[in-house]
Amino acid sequence: MPTPTRGFLGRRRDRDPRLPPGQYDVGADWPVLTAEPTPRITPETWSITVDGQVEQPTTWSWDDVHRLPPSEYRGDIHCVTTWSKFDTRFSGVSVDTLLDAARPTAEAQFVMATSKTGYTTNLPLADVTGGRAWLVWDFDGRPLTPEHGGPVRLLVPHLYFWKSAKWISKLTLLRRDQPGFWEQNGYHDRGDPWRQQRYQGD
Amino acid sequence: MTEPLGPGVADAPTGGWRTATVAGVRRPVARSVQLRLDVADRVAHLPGQHYVVRLTAPDGYTAQRSYSVASAPGDPLLELFVERLDDGEVSTHLADVVEPGDVLEVRGPIGGWFVWDTGSPALLVAGGSGVVPFVSMLRTARALGRTELLRTVVSVRTVDLLPYADELLAAGALVVTTREPRGIRPAGRLTAADLVPLWEPGQTVYVCGSASFAGAATRLLETLGIPAAGIRVEQFGPSG
Repeated sequence: MPTPTRGFLGRRRDRDPRLPPGQYDVGADWPVLTAEPTPRITPETWSITVDGQVEQPTTWSWDDVHRLPPSEYRGDIHCVTTWSKFDTRFSGVSVDTLLDAARPTAEAQFVMATSKTGYTTNLPLADVTGGRAWLVWDFDGRPLTPEHGGPVRLLVPHLYFWKSAKWISKLTLLRRDQPGFWEQNGYHDRGDPWRQQRYQGD
Repeated sequence: MTEPLGPGVADAPTGGWRTATVAGVRRPVARSVQLRLDVADRVAHLPGQHYVVRLTAPDGYTAQRSYSVASAPGDPLLELFVERLDDGEVSTHLADVVEPGDVLEVRGPIGGWFVWDTGSPALLVAGGSGVVPFVSMLRTARALGRTELLRTVVSVRTVDLLPYADELLAAGALVVTTREPRGIRPAGRLTAADLVPLWEPGQTVYVCGSASFAGAATRLLETLGIPAAGIRVEQFGPSG
């Protein structure tokens, strides 16, 4: 244990067990953090493509994804800047549904998620399958705002939130891992909040 | 398809946890604190990078937050400028409790995106204490004799609330004030008329401030035809 900081007691004595180490409860706020200007994307011009190591590269329009079986996430989200937000509710479609249609090849091991802005983030395929990742367009029953990644963002809530790429436009399945945007800029490749995988080397 | 966003600079320096001894504490503007830290085995940063400060309670509970660096890499001390947030767990400690001689755990430098490579032209657009990483860039440019590369504009409510005001004005920064007139400029938010004289082709634009400031400033830049690919944004919010 590190030496205590002189005079620091910390506020939160009853720590919520839902908080990963080093995180705090942001309450009703939802801070906006992006590295690039917020794009204005209309649902009519948005689409999602699944390509790379798949049998059937596929593109879905806004209307197409709304015809897929709906799926919802209820739970917590965790940002590497140390805020966590409890009891969120997002709705959209499970990434499993898209992958079932595109059919990853046996070689597919990783995914690169790409946004309309050129933002990218890399994930092990295992982190976006098995009911652990979504494409979402509603937050708490309302359309996702552009600042929060609307019309559609990726949601991978068991990892730090930079993995949940805003303005998602493409999921590319890969044989080998490649670093995405923040991963090239000093952040961890996996980003598990329970292991505090914040920066490269954690 | 838009080009993928890559690293801001290649191979930005990264440092692990270090012990920092507080060498100086100043409160030049209200509700904030400037800390000068002597960091053991410090890894030299690039201007725009940040550090994490971690506080530990006697029972092992920790809280950590990120803060921009204000100092230039050649400064023997690391300077952080911290805005005090009333509900901030870390910023209130740094602003109210820390005194010279205290020991803090710090980690850095971190980040490769919101970083100036020290050789390219840049337009720096700050809201309030978002100016801190730009102070590091301006100090670095001065040390290198490359001040012509940087153009700076800062939006703040009133000049007395602006950290590093004298230094920024001496460096030629345009300071626009939203709650008081300044010269012949009436009080008001940043406008296209403020930005146009500062813009030159080839500049990378760095925007730093609150989420609302950053959103407004980037929309303004885009209405001027500045491509989104040339704009880098760093936002801070009530997270301190």
